[in-house]
Order: sequence, then structure tokens, then C-alpha cells
Amino acid sequence: MAHGGGGRLTKALVDELIVTELGNSALNKLDDSAVIKTPGKKLAFTTDSYVVKPIFFKGGDIGKLALCGTVNDLAMNGARPLFISLGLIIEEGFSIENLEKIIRSIKKAASEARVKVVCGDTKVVERGGADGIFINTSGIGKIISEREISSSKVLPGDAVIVSGSIGDHGIAVLSQRKGIEFETNLKSDCAPLNGLAEKILKTGAEIHCMRDPTRGGLATVLNEVASKSKIGIEINEESVPIKEPVRGACELLGLDPLYVANEGKLVAFVREKDASKILKAIRRHRYGRGGGVIGRVGSKNKGMVVLKTSIGGTRILEEYSGEQLPRIC
Amino acid sequence: MCLAIPSKIIKIDGVEAEVEVGGVKKRANLTFIEKPAIGDYVLMHAGFAIKKISDKDARETLDIWDKLK
Amino acid sequence: MKYVDEFKDKNVVAEISRKISGLNVSANLMEVCGTHTMALFRHGIRGLLPRNIKLLSGPGCPVCVTSEADIDAMIGLCDVPDVIITTFGDMMKVPGSKGSLLEKRADGVDIRVVYSPLDALKIASEERSRPVIFLGVGFETTAPTVAATIIDAREKGLSNFYVYSAHKLIPPAIRALLNADDVRIDGFLLPGHVSVIIGSDAYDFILKDYGVPAVVAGFEPVDILSAIYGVLKHGKVENKYSRVVSKKGNIKAQKVMNEVFEVADADWRGFGVIKNSGLEIKKKYLRFNAKEKFEIRRPSGKKRKSSCICGEVLRGIKIPTDCRMFAKSCSPEKPKGPCMVSTEGACAAYYKYGRTK
Repeated sequence: MAHGGGGRLTKALVDELIVTELGNSALNKLDDSAVIKTPGKKLAFTTDSYVVKPIFFKGGDIGKLALCGTVNDLAMNGARPLFISLGLIIEEGFSIENLEKIIRSIKKAASEARVKVVCGDTKVVERGGADGIFINTSGIGKIISEREISSSKVLPGDAVIVSGSIGDHGIAVLSQRKGIEFETNLKSDCAPLNGLAEKILKTGAEIHCMRDPTRGGLATVLNEVASKSKIGIEINEESVPIKEPVRGACELLGLDPLYVANEGKLVAFVREKDASKILKAIRRHRYGRGGGVIGRVGSKNKGMVVLKTSIGGTRILEEYSGEQLPRIC
Repeated sequence: MCLAIPSKIIKIDGVEAEVEVGGVKKRANLTFIEKPAIGDYVLMHAGFAIKKISDKDARETLDIWDKLK
Repeated sequence: MKYVDEFKDKNVVAEISRKISGLNVSANLMEVCGTHTMALFRHGIRGLLPRNIKLLSGPGCPVCVTSEADIDAMIGLCDVPDVIITTFGDMMKVPGSKGSLLEKRADGVDIRVVYSPLDALKIASEERSRPVIFLGVGFETTAPTVAATIIDAREKGLSNFYVYSAHKLIPPAIRALLNADDVRIDGFLLPGHVSVIIGSDAYDFILKDYGVPAVVAGFEPVDILSAIYGVLKHGKVENKYSRVVSKKGNIKAQKVMNEVFEVADADWRGFGVIKNSGLEIKKKYLRFNAKEKFEIRRPSGKKRKSSCICGEVLRGIKIPTDCRMFAKSCSPEKPKGPCMVSTEGACAAYYKYGRTK
């Protein structure tokens, strides 16, 4: 593969693959930039880069991840995702078949999320310059929530709701890692959550914050919110939905599921009185069937997350930086 | 010290076995187990089964507390 | 999960806690094993105990007690040309005098985390032209698994598989602990899984020679609380993990361990050298011994005087919050000593679970 130099081969790659799969009026022009009509008064704008290994995993691949990740970041702030940019950095020798799979994956996810990929860039680098493929996606969305939804807006008394089981993605990916492999039916929960988020907003209830707990897991997001809103969060260990294989794998490898990555779940902090209304709406959505209230916000222990354990004890869920490593001791 | 987890033997192939814990399957080495059988529960550590779990003793350990209630 | 969930029963836990409070005694108990320290914090068990029962963390964290010299040697092995270093995850973030394995991996050294020494063997048979070194860390629970792997390597005729042994033994450490002057321990919680291998008889000396009671404990909440109740109430050496621990232990595992390893003196962080407390690869298996095959280079330079009090924490005479650096210059993100690095180190456990209550 010798693309990225701006000559014929790049055009061929872009024309053939990306336009064919992702084509729309903005993209097809292949101008230096996409020109789009500004859709409203307030916009949300985000970007993220994806370097995940393995590139293909049960339940998804780097393409789906890249698209959903950016869609979800927009949705969490009360925006309707509209336009996505797609930046690809591909290592020379990367299989065209795999690239096709990835682009089709992006297409499928984009279609479900109802977003358009309107611009992008492709660079091919020499071997060793990128680990297979790196993807960057940026996204623009229109704010549809009247209230500001943010990590700093959570109030004492709020209910903490999670949309489903945690730890699925991290464990599914880990199950394929050499040196640690184990067999499970578990798949990544990678999914676009804008549909679910809009359903929540449509209830008219008072939503203070929504976050999708990706790398670092649920505990990391809870700590960020506790810190930014200067409140304390108490979580009931027994209420946190965890699938049996996630529990089993975590016990086997010495990992804490509360810190394991998710890619298709959200945590919502809502006014207490609206909790059951919101839960009903969440559970009616395909990505929210396993949803439930897992805790409460208070004014004690500001900035901290306290877990009430299943045996009636308490412990602090600390911020944990870096990757959790499987252990034997 | 040492993480070891109760796992159920579901397949045996010589000195190797497939065990299951909470719906997750993993390969285990049975070198240290006397007369392993499918359905046995073993303690798994670092890829090896290090002991068969005695159901009788497990129940006794819990029953003691039931009696003291 | 069978044999796990039943031992987490909330009602049984409450019952045992009540009974412990009812005993109305004060005691300093030492949990020898780092996995116990973690379990205590994970379930919030300390909060269920009366204030006058103090739990101290002992030397049972194999990463914590690995000497700085050993850690430096392991990091030094990264310079072996074309090497593949295989290790348990626990060792990755441990700092030597200059950096850690995690940092070496970021520098481009091929370091792979494995779940089992057999995974390391698999790598060695797939990459025959490259030396594969496995870092053997752990006590009697783990040593037999490494021994079995070395025997397997010999049977497979592999000539590129090596083990660096930093394995250690628990009973000599307990003895060294009790021989010291400045230790005040009223009872021990003994490591359940080490005991699976060595048997509960191995601990009779604790009561016989030192008059201190000790109970072999499992790792679920009911197991730990049962053991605490037992050691306080009965005052002898008891086995409260009978579903997997027997008096003599796992003879097969002991045989395999003794086939490959022999007892040697070992350097324990916080204790110095304890005689006959470590395991070294026997001459019969010389060709798998990384210490024989490779020149172990350690970073030069004077040994820095550090304010790290890991040693005293391990001996139970100080607690993590006594350390000047705790939660300030020493934290899980930038650990100064193994007690903070290891997920089960006393300081890391305190930092994660025990701060503010």
C-alpha cells in the first residue's frame, strides 16, 4: 500500500472505499472542507483518537468504537450528534480486507446513530509508524437539552442510574489477549447511545449529568463527577449490575469490575423524584434493558465515592490511574 | 497470598482440563490433583488446579454458624 | 459463583461480627498475607470489627518483600539481546532503584504479562530463537506451578526458557518476625492458599515455640471473620479453611516443588537476609536458571538513603499513615516502595480503601 502521498493511489482509496461506503452530499464533493449549515443556537463539539488493540474484538472493532465513542461524547452533553470527521492513519501493509471491514463497521454504526461522516483524511505511514491503524473522529452536535447537562451540575439528593451491566467491554477484549486468553460468550457492549440519551431527555425530567464510563470504568467517572460537582456519592454494591462472566473473569484475574472499561453504557444523575420515570424510559430502550438505580448523591464526604459492600461494610472507591493489570497474588 | 478461585472441571484431556468459573472457561493443568473427575470443583491458581474442594467441609464450615444462631 | 457466594452471606457475616464484639477483648492481630489485606478492605470488614481489635499487615506480599537488588536484577535482564521477559502483572509497576518494568516496556523492551508460567512456556516454544525469561515471584502457592513448568520445559527439550527465582517461604518469615524484639502480635491470620500446599501442621511451631495462636484463614468475608473469631476465642493453632487445607497439605505439589527447587537464604525487604527462607533452582535444572545463564547487571551508584518505611510496615511496627511520604510524595501513581506499588501492599490498600472514614 503506497497511499497518503496525495497522488493517484490516495484518490483511488478514498473514492473507492470511503465514498462508496459512507457517501453523502457533503463528503462526495471531496472539497478541502465540508460546508454545513449551522443547525442551531448551541453546538457541542468533541474529538477522540482510537488506538485500541486488538483491532477486531467480539462485538465490534476499532471503527465501530471510533464512531460510537464520539457520538456518545456528544450525546452525554445533551446534544444530537450530526456530523463526524474521520481521520485514518494506516500502517503500510495493513490488509485492505480489514480496512474494508472497518469502514463498513463505521457505516453501520453511523447509520444507526443517524450521523453523517462529512470529511476526513487518510495517511499511510511506513511500517512501525502506526500500530496497524489509528483513527481519529471529531463530532459536531446540536444541543437539544434546555438545561445544561454537565459533571459539575450534580446536586445532593440526586439518584445515580446506570443503563446496564458494567465491565462487558473490557473483559470481552481481555479474553482475547495473548497470555491471558479465556473463553466466554461475552461481547463488547459497544453501541451508540444517542437514541437512549434522547429518550431520557424526552421524559422532560430533570437530568443533571450524563456520562459514559469508558476507560477507567464506572468508578473513574463517579470520582470525576464527585470532584467536579463537589458532592459525595454513595453506591450500593448489590445494585450494580454485573454479568456473571464479568464477575468470574474479574475474580480469576484479580480485577475490580468497577474499574473495567465500558463502551455502551451511561450513568445518569437525576433529580430523585424523576428517577423512576427515567428508569422506565431507559428500560424500554434496547440499550437500557438492564438499567437500575445504583446509588445516591449526598453532601457528606464531598469529592468522594463510597461503596456500601454486599456484606454491609463500606469502602472508598478511589480514583485509579493507569491500567489494571491481571495479578496472581 | 495468592488469588485462587473455585472452578468446575468440565473437560479432561490427560493432564489438562477445561474449567469453568462464573460462565468463563479457562484451561487448567491438573498435575497436582489426585483422581480428578468432571464435575469436581478445584481451586485454580496461575493456571494450575492446586486442590479439590471438599463439599462436605464447605458445608460444615457454614453449618457451624447456622447452629450458633 | 459456587464456594464463593455462600461465604459472602450478609447474615452470617453479621452473626460472626456480633460474636466477635461479644468477646470483649483487645488484640493486635497480624494478617500475614497481602491477599487478606486486600480482602479486608475490599469488603469493608475492618469497619465491622470492634475498635480494640487491630489488624496489622505482615510480610505476605511477595512483591513487597522482593529486595531492591532482585528488582534491579530483573530490570537488568531487559538488556539481554532480543529477550522476551514474561511476568505476572503484579511486578510490572514495582520500582527498582531506577525505573520499573512498565517503563522498560514503554522503552521498547518486549515484556509480556502472563496469567500462568505455562503461558511463558508457550511463548518460549513459539519463539525458539529468542531467550524467554520468566520472573518467578510468589510463595509456596506459586512455586510448585513454576517448578512444574520447568519440568515441562525439560521434557519438551526447550533451550530458550529461563526462570529468575525470587520465590520465598512463609514459615521462616513468621519465625523471623517472632524472633525480633519490637513486635507485639497477639495472633495470626495465616495465608489460606500457601497452606493448601504446605498444610496446617507447618504452623504448629507458632504456638509451641512462641505461645502465639494462629488460624489458617480463607479469603471470603465469612472465612476471615471466622478466623478472627477463632484466634481470639480458642487461642490455639487452628485450620478454618478445611474445604481446601489439610494437615499435611498437597503432597504432590510439595514433591514437584522440591524436585526443582532447594532452600536457600533470601533477602527480604524490611528483614534483610533470612536464612533458609528462599527457593533456588537446583543444579539438576541449571540450564533453566536465569541467574546462571545471564550476567546480572545492577545499576551502579551509591545506595540512596530513602525515607521509605516499608520494612517496618511489613513487620507490623508501623502503619502506612506513619510514613512521612504516604499520600504525599508516595502514591499508587508514583510509588516509592513496593508496599505502595503492589495492589496488595499495605500502603496501596490503605490508600485505595482506608483513607478517610
